[in-house]
Amino acid sequence: MTQSVLIPNPSAVPVQLHARDTHPVSRNSGRALEMDWVDEIRINLSAAERRVASLPGRRTVKKDAQAAWLLKALTCIDLTTLNGDDTTERVKRLCAKAKTPVRADILEALGFAARRLHTGAICVYHRFVATAVEALDGSGIPVAAVSTGFPAGLIPHDLKLKEIEASVRDGAQEIDIVITREHALTGDWRALYAEVRDFRAACGNAHLKTILATGDLKTLRNVAKASMVCMMAGADFIKTSTGKEGVNATLPVTLAMLRMIRVYQERTGYQIGFKPAGGISTAKDVLNYQFLMKEELGRDWLEPDLFRIGASSLLADIERQLEHHVTGRYSAFNRHPVG
Amino acid sequence: MSVADYFETMEYGPALEADGEARAWLKQHGAVFGHFIGGKFAAPHSGKHLTTSEPATGKALAKIAQGSSADVDAAVSAARIAQPLWAKLGGHGRARHLYALARMLQRHARLFAVLEAIDNGKPIRETRDLDVPLAARHFLYHAGWAQLQEREFADQVPIGVIGQIIPWNFPLLMLAWKIAPALAAGNTVVLKPAEYTSLTALLFAELAAEAGLSPGVLNVLTGDGATGALLVENQGVDKIAFTGSTEVGRLIRQSTAGTGKSLTLELGGKSPFIVFDDADIDGAVEGVVDAIWFNQGQVCCAGSRLLLQEGIAETFRRRLIRRMETLRVGPPLDKAIDMGAVVAPVQLERIKALVEIGVEEGAEKYQAPGAIPTEGCFYPPTLLWNVHPSSTVAIEEIFGPVAVAMTFRTPDEAVMLANNTRYGLAASVWSETIGLALDIAPKLLAGVVWINATNLFDASVGFGGYRESGFGREGGREGMYEYLKPKAWSGRKARAKALSPPAATSDSAGFGVPPIDRTAKLFVGGKQVRPDGNYSRAVLSPKGRHLGEAGEGNRKDIRNAVAAARSAEAWARATAHNRAQILYYLAENLSVRGDEFARRIAEMTGVSGAKSRAEVDASIERLFSYGAWADKFEGSVHAPPLRGVALAMHEPIGVVGVACPDEAPLLGLVSLVAPLIAMGNRVVAVPSEKHPLAATDFYQVLETSDVPAGVVNIVTGGRDDLVKVLAEHDDVDALWAFGSQEASAVAERLSIGNLKRTLVDHGLLLDWYDKSASEGPILLRHAVQVKNIWIPYGD
Repeated sequence: MTQSVLIPNPSAVPVQLHARDTHPVSRNSGRALEMDWVDEIRINLSAAERRVASLPGRRTVKKDAQAAWLLKALTCIDLTTLNGDDTTERVKRLCAKAKTPVRADILEALGFAARRLHTGAICVYHRFVATAVEALDGSGIPVAAVSTGFPAGLIPHDLKLKEIEASVRDGAQEIDIVITREHALTGDWRALYAEVRDFRAACGNAHLKTILATGDLKTLRNVAKASMVCMMAGADFIKTSTGKEGVNATLPVTLAMLRMIRVYQERTGYQIGFKPAGGISTAKDVLNYQFLMKEELGRDWLEPDLFRIGASSLLADIERQLEHHVTGRYSAFNRHPVG
Repeated sequence: MSVADYFETMEYGPALEADGEARAWLKQHGAVFGHFIGGKFAAPHSGKHLTTSEPATGKALAKIAQGSSADVDAAVSAARIAQPLWAKLGGHGRARHLYALARMLQRHARLFAVLEAIDNGKPIRETRDLDVPLAARHFLYHAGWAQLQEREFADQVPIGVIGQIIPWNFPLLMLAWKIAPALAAGNTVVLKPAEYTSLTALLFAELAAEAGLSPGVLNVLTGDGATGALLVENQGVDKIAFTGSTEVGRLIRQSTAGTGKSLTLELGGKSPFIVFDDADIDGAVEGVVDAIWFNQGQVCCAGSRLLLQEGIAETFRRRLIRRMETLRVGPPLDKAIDMGAVVAPVQLERIKALVEIGVEEGAEKYQAPGAIPTEGCFYPPTLLWNVHPSSTVAIEEIFGPVAVAMTFRTPDEAVMLANNTRYGLAASVWSETIGLALDIAPKLLAGVVWINATNLFDASVGFGGYRESGFGREGGREGMYEYLKPKAWSGRKARAKALSPPAATSDSAGFGVPPIDRTAKLFVGGKQVRPDGNYSRAVLSPKGRHLGEAGEGNRKDIRNAVAAARSAEAWARATAHNRAQILYYLAENLSVRGDEFARRIAEMTGVSGAKSRAEVDASIERLFSYGAWADKFEGSVHAPPLRGVALAMHEPIGVVGVACPDEAPLLGLVSLVAPLIAMGNRVVAVPSEKHPLAATDFYQVLETSDVPAGVVNIVTGGRDDLVKVLAEHDDVDALWAFGSQEASAVAERLSIGNLKRTLVDHGLLLDWYDKSASEGPILLRHAVQVKNIWIPYGD
């Protein structure tokens, strides 16, 4: 593998993820695999756990600040349906919710009547990409497709590439791929790099989110190394989980991945996005992820071009909290339209 | 700011904890407090009060009583009256009380947390998540020791009335650390909290009484340093336990010397925080936050000296400075801050002055760029880079949020730099290589070592220092022994006054063939040497018969002996098996010459042949006994509440001076030296002044038993003079003085230079033949210091 490229690739041009982005992010061009960057990784589980355990005591938001943070979280949600019983109509319903995530009266009370808030994206299987693209036409909401034999990722490599290409053809602007866990578990980082490199090429202009399936990788070392390899191979986002592993997104895993994003930025200048997925179902949960993003990476990583949350039931809890903020009364799920 | 503004800026916004309940409690007392004596508040005899203020605002919070000697007398006498009843209550009864105190703390957790944050200035996160839960844990844990006391400490009895003086940095937690073990063991307490932070102690005393704690068991006496001094000097106090500055610790050592009061000191530190090039750098950076920006750096065990391996120093600096950018300093009750207020203006000035000196001496200063409140006692998180071991800020404890950093090249150098301090409280080691981390930990001279962690505490794991960081342990089994004394030592009687020496009689052999002259020498560094001064003193039998001459050791002989002992460091690392073999071998070789030793003892002391033979036999058995203990008096493994373990290692203290009594000239020597060398210490022994020849004969036994040079050194001469030299020698780590009240007092009083651990008999006679009083753990516990190595794990 070639050495070098410690500075941003001069040919990288700013690409906007979607139109309303306020701070364009230069798209990661990827780089040659640098095994030193992988081998040197050390991460101590207990130390990582202590960091995330103390954070909720160190940072909190109350009242107006809390409402604002939850609204921001909402704009970062990849509203997701990835079930065997998904149908066209189910997907359309979800798209409608993505466009109108919060009741108008609540938004008005929060001073957001004039702003169009929507979720970060809709996330579906390839089969429903076209449906979602059509349903979201004009909304500015991108469609993300899970791909490459999601969730296990064990279909033939050439079929994975074909699946990506098909979703891109159907209008998916984001592709959430799964890595071959075997490569990470056996330490075959070259194979992982080559695989993701191919996925990236197949994506073309669509953004590449690499799902590490951290619950399968088990150790923070594996997670951190896989993160670094995926970023070198050109990932735009690194993502924790499919939602189908035994353990999905956790704060320690998040910390490990964020630190790798920071190192990658220090070395290449590229800002890589992060997407925790699975298990984030309450407003309280998501605030802790937001605190970690802000503390470890900074303000930029609170916006949807660098932060997404893969979740299906989180939105409903945020709606309840927002209503409580507005009315002072505890809310109920049935008071908010479902997706 | 509106929701929309926050949506743009994504700032945190204020998040203040309510303080209504705490303020209401102050108001309920009219914001004026007396002492808490005999179960109720009592106005100070003098009528004098001090004002305690809120560090975050400078506003007055309340008035607390200034304790006078009449107040101290009242508190001590309340404790004295309660003590026998409290002891008689028995372990289970006391366990119930301590359990109730733990529950009481948990029931009123938020009130304590808020009051502590207001009074001390520390963040509510810390008081809520650390101080209060750890304090409750301490009571629960010690309720357990009370419950098990009759079984686990059957050979021990409570000490009596304990005077305890605690600092302002962890007011409630230090209260718990002090009173929980003392009360569990059956003592009663007079506690003096720090003048800046007395409120939680008063609240605790009040709620403890409501929870049913018997009157007089816990008395809280407030006031400034003068009140503390009165408590230390009070004759009704049996023991002083102090946490605070090394400077005050020295004064207390001096003032209690020779009084028979037992003493525990938990003092300052300048603890190293060592980061190797194979560490999780980001984890270690976060460790620095927990080490030095915890409690505004006002932590005696704060990792304040960063030692960074050269190859990663620059990366570490960059990442640490980046981390500092996100630190938030603000009012203690804000739930979104990392650091609150420094305790008092005087402390703030000290921090500022020391940082200035650091910069003048060439350090680069980095400070967290976030805003700090303009009112009140606030100081930003600070890093001093480019600091050297000779810099003032690398030597002095700053006791503020200031880390100083320097580099090292190799693991050996890291250890050398880490130990290049007078202190020895704690150390933190960061490496992902298990072999390296576990190799370094035992080499660090510190009472607590955290591997890939810092500032972890638990009641089950003893805490306390090496060297000038003090002595004694808090927490764990070892912490209980600080509040107990051996039953077998309770009935000791004062030694009879020494008879005036007999007049020497002439001992001419006439014209017969005389025995070959034998000159007893000193034994230093494995060699028989003449005394530096080249004087000898006559050794006479009780009837005045001239038995020989013993070298008159002086300062320089002690100096040489200490140097030899220091350089025999390898003995500490010898395997326990090896040390055991040598002790058995000593016994074997002594037994070969048993008759000769018995004759010598009989000649010197005038005891019968049977008695002198009994002393030799007892000495042989004692050596056997310590051969047995050498590989059995082991540490333990604690299971604190984390995924990991804490290894409590028994480590030798180092170089120990031993003054031996005149009674039992051989058995006394063996009884004191054997436990020390069994545990890996090196000894400079001053044998019985009157009967030194058993000891000088003994060096031939040492020579033939593979005892490495320098492990045992023998300097004969005037005991009290030599004890004085040993006490004043700052490279002697501990001093055991047996044989006279004077030697005991001198040993204690002059030990303050390096705060050596002392074990003295106060002139009381120990029965050297009574194994329960003079053999085994009773002495072995003083021959080691416990180092707790915290090893969290997981991957």
